[in-house]
Order: sequence, then structure tokens, then C-alpha cells
Amino acid sequence: MTRIDAKFAALKAEGKKAFVAYVMAGDPDYETSLEIVKGLPGAGVDVIELGLPFTDPMADGPTIQLAGQRALEAGQTLQKTLDMAAEFRKGDDETPIVLMGYYNPIYNRGVPKFLEDAKAAGIDGLIVVDLPPEEDSELCIPATEAGMNFIRLATPTTDDKRLPKVLQNTSGFVYYVSITGITGAGEAQAGDVAPEVARIKSQTDLPVIVGFGIKTPDAAQNIAGVADGAVVGSAIVKLVEERKPVADILAYVKSLADGAHRA
Amino acid sequence: MANDLFNSFMTGPDENGRFGDFGGRFVSETLMPLILSLQEQYEKAKTDTDFWAEMDYLWKYYVGRPSPLYYAERLTEHLGGAKIYLKRDELNHTGAHKINNVLGQILLARRMGKTRIIAETGAGQHGVATATVCARFGLECVVYMGAHDVERQAPNVFRMRLLGAKVVPVTSGRGTLKDAMNDALRDWVTNVRDTFYCIGTVAGPHPYPAMVRDFQAIIGKEVRWQLEEQEGEGRLPDTLIAAIGGGSNAMGLFFPFLDDKSVRIIGVEAGGKGVNEKMEHCASLTGGRPGVLHGNRTYLLQDDDGQILEGHSISAGLDYPGIGPEHSWLHDTGRAEYVSITDKEALEAFQMCCTTEGIIPALEPSHALAHVMKIAPDLPRDHIIVMNMCGRGDKDIFTVAKHLGFEMETKD
Repeated sequence: MTRIDAKFAALKAEGKKAFVAYVMAGDPDYETSLEIVKGLPGAGVDVIELGLPFTDPMADGPTIQLAGQRALEAGQTLQKTLDMAAEFRKGDDETPIVLMGYYNPIYNRGVPKFLEDAKAAGIDGLIVVDLPPEEDSELCIPATEAGMNFIRLATPTTDDKRLPKVLQNTSGFVYYVSITGITGAGEAQAGDVAPEVARIKSQTDLPVIVGFGIKTPDAAQNIAGVADGAVVGSAIVKLVEERKPVADILAYVKSLADGAHRA
Repeated sequence: MANDLFNSFMTGPDENGRFGDFGGRFVSETLMPLILSLQEQYEKAKTDTDFWAEMDYLWKYYVGRPSPLYYAERLTEHLGGAKIYLKRDELNHTGAHKINNVLGQILLARRMGKTRIIAETGAGQHGVATATVCARFGLECVVYMGAHDVERQAPNVFRMRLLGAKVVPVTSGRGTLKDAMNDALRDWVTNVRDTFYCIGTVAGPHPYPAMVRDFQAIIGKEVRWQLEEQEGEGRLPDTLIAAIGGGSNAMGLFFPFLDDKSVRIIGVEAGGKGVNEKMEHCASLTGGRPGVLHGNRTYLLQDDDGQILEGHSISAGLDYPGIGPEHSWLHDTGRAEYVSITDKEALEAFQMCCTTEGIIPALEPSHALAHVMKIAPDLPRDHIIVMNMCGRGDKDIFTVAKHLGFEMETKD
């Protein structure tokens, strides 16, 4: 059982929805980013999605793109991102960390070495945007064998015929992408999302968490209300971009978490 | 010869879109269903005589195919060695080989009921070709172009606009071709239901590399019969040479000859200011290593952390940090050789071509020509080199003028 499985089991026992927060590792710099990450559990975050910066984030909107650029310019690397997770783990052995990014930095390190290092750093799961089920032998299967969750994105274009393939090797939770589009764009509609979540849940027992297009505490509440939880990324990253004090960022995160937890 | 054909180089990619370890389908889930549907449509079209009849008609009457295979007599004499033929794809409608592929993809898009076409472009040649064919079929066209390229390729930007396309300057990243491709992919993810992404080179997720190659293979197929027509039945070229950015004109020339073992195949990458640790070049095979970008695994220019680097080339059309996956495979298997040519060498070849043959070449094939100039003098007179003259140089005269220190003023 990974920390992710344990967390969702605990939430279920409490009858609570999950709040998942995304931040870009190393944005705007290593120290500030670490401070933000360390503060997330206290702000009510159940699962941390730690963004792995990449020069060419082709599924991300401008907010996350710029965050990645800021992090890279400040010297962030895959190694530093793992260091950051390890540093966080020294003070928190419960909150799951999911590393989210693109395949090339991982492939570049070598999958076996990456998995060993990521596991040692306390990473619990992976979301790799450019690895669909067709490429499962690359990382998904080795990661699962190494005891890590490989979390898959399901999208509005994932039809019933394809859904079993998407769910097949997924573990931890399913991340439902509420819109056809990039991160930070559009607005998730609970009315559209509800039947999609139901469709996915009819084929899996895994929790279904919804992300993309959730920007406010009310939206987090509405979306979490029709799923097992909600993810917010760009709206938080935007505050980092505006160089808001860490306390203000965490206060906003708390308002989002409270929203999701009200559902 | 026939019995070693079981080792064919022409059977790839496999059902997962792999050429050896290269290629694949590294895209987000949102795009996967569409990519699978495109593959299905393409497989159907490949054996559909109606589809190819339409292609042949348009190639002949709209594009002007076949393009001539021209014996460059003065160039041959000047270099004093191998006999040099130029495949004149710069004489196609829109001035480059790009339209060969665009026509095929647009016919497929129509079959799939897509009403909106998007494309990325570097130098603007693929953008112009896409805008052209979209105008021909009355389709909405949006072209993503790096803001930096929009500035240095102003005439092509205006051409696209005249043709009714919307040109979107891309400012994300550093505003070059790779960023234009990122933004095109972002558009596609957002508008996947009505939009077809017309990729301009033999890269991207499967089936693009194979599909674009198959559409461009008309180049090599023509060369085969055109050379026989001029040199006698059964005469094959001894050496094929083409420039490589993503590598579509090269794959088009090379592919039909991959199993003709006597044919030496040479791809020419853009060496920029020289292939060195400063990475001021675009020679992915010579100076990069395998990685995953834009839907496929291939050789890429990247740093120690797996971050993608910007290349440099005088030619905007070669200014891309990757290369088609089939080239990576041909490189690793040793079937094709890959070399690099610097900006300076390409400029010299450009000028030589103008004055000895009366052909103003694009800067992209000028790289190929520079390599021809290097090897031809040492080859025997009965050695036949076929080089792909894949584009004309009108778009490049401002760049060349600048490098030669020639002031070009435009007055109202």
C-alpha cells in the first residue's frame, strides 16, 4: 500500500473528499518552493502534485509554462526536484507526493535509476503526460513493479471503448481532465463532469479526482462534490508568479482545500 | 541481391509506430483517440485507388509534378568528378517539396470530416503550402509560427495571410519552430473534435512520420524512372544526398532506394557555426542523443538534465532540435550516413549554384549542395549523385544579402 492508497482509504473512512494541489518544483526558486511545499499539508492539502520542470510542456497553458521556465532559470533540475521531495519527507512521512511532468528528463536519467532515486526521495506516484497506455512498457509497468503508483489521465475524448485500456495499469487514483484543453484554460462544469466521473467509476474502484479549469473555492467544492476530489494547479501557480508572500499563497490554498472538504 | 531483401529497410514502422527503438506515440491521452483514428483512416487511404487518383491528379495539375530530374552539367564540369543530378522539387507550386505532403494530409482531413486545419512552420514554407491547399479546398487554416521567425520571414507571413490563413506568432518558450510545434499541439488538444493537425515533417507521433514519408516518397519514385530515362534501364543513382531539418525531403528521396544496397545515402544536417560543445548548430544526429519530444523518440539536442536545447542555423527550415525517428534508425543501423555542413559552407554553395546553374536555391538544399561540392571532385566521372533541390531561395535572399553585407532597401 502506497501513501496514496493509505490517504484515500483514510479520507474514505472520514467521508471526506480529497484536495490535491499542484506546484512547480523550484518555482520561483528552490528555497521558496520548498517552503511552499512544506506548508501545503498544514493548509489542508491531501495529496501534493510536484511539477517537474520541462522546457517543452506541450499540454500546459501559459501559467505552468512560465512556472517551468522560472524554475529552470533558477537552476532547478530533476535531481533538485528529488532533493526537494526528500527534504519534505524529513518532516512529513504521510502526505503523498505525486511527481507530474513529461517523459524526457526521466528517460534521460534512465528509468531504473530514476525509479530507484525517486523512491528513495519519497515519491509515491507519477503522472507523465506524454505516456499514454500505448507506451506502458516505458515507465508505467516498471514503476508499478517498483511499488509506485502510475496515475493516468482520462479525458473527455477517452470513450467507452478506450476507457478499459486507460484504466488497466492505472493505480492510486484516476485523474479526470475536465476539459479538452491545456492546464489553466476554461472552467470545469460540475454538470458536465458528473456523468463522466460516473462513467469512469462504473469501470474502476479507484478514486476519481478531477482537475483542469478549477480556480476558486466554490469551484473546488462543486467539482469535488461530483467526484472523489479536486485538483488545483494554475490558480496557485499564478500567485507564485505574482511573487505573493508564501503565507498568502498558503492561505489561498487553504481556502481551496476548505472548499473541497466542504463537498 | 533479391535474397537479402528479407533484411528490408522498407517495412517500418511496426504496429506501435517504432523504427527500432525510435518513433512511438508519446502524446497526452486527449490526443490518443484522434491519433488512432488518423492511423485507421490512413491505413484505409493507402490502399484506396480513389485516394491516390485524386492525389495524382492534384500532383500533376496543381503542383506540377513530376518535377524535373536535371543534369547539372556546368556544376559537374566545375567540380570535375561525379555526375550531378538535381531533383528540382523547388519548381513545385509554392516553391518547395512541402506541398507533396500537405495535399495528402488535407485529403485525409476531408475524409475525416475535419473543418479546421492547423500547422506549425519555421521558415514558412510548410505554412505557405498548408495555407495554399486550405484555400484550394475552402478550409479554415491557422498557422503557428515562432515570433522570431515571423520577424525574419516577413514575406512568407504575408503570403499566408493573402491565402486567407491566420498566422499566430508564438511567444512561448523562445519563439522558434519547436515552440510553434508546442503551441500547435496545445491548440489541437483544445480543439481536437473539429481540428486536423497538418505536420510538416517526418516527425511527431505515429502515424505522422510514416505518413509524411509516404507522401514525400513521390520524390524518390520519380527519380528512379527519370534516371533510367536519361541513363539507361536499370541505372540506379550511386549516391543520394539531401538536407535534413526534420527530414521530410530526405526521407522522400531516400525511402524508395533503402533496399537498393548499392545506393549510398547521405543526409546533411545543419552544422550552424560548427558542431561543438556550444551547441550553435542543429545537428541532432551528429551532436545530440536519443530522447522524447513532440510525440516521438529520436535524437535530440538536449542538456544533461534532459531539457531541450535551441539549435542555431542560418536556415530557419533546419532550425529544429530534433529529427524524424526513421532517420535516427537509419543512422543507428548504418544504412544512411549523416554529416553536417556549416552556415558558411552553405552560403558558399548557395552562391556557386546561382552562378554556375542559374538556380537560386533555398538555404536548406544549399547545405546538401555544399556536401556534394565536398565529395564530388574525388569521385569518378561515371559516379552518379542525385541531390534533392527541395526548395527555391526567394525566401532567403534577405538573409543571404545580410550575410554578404549587401544593403537591400525597399522604397515606397
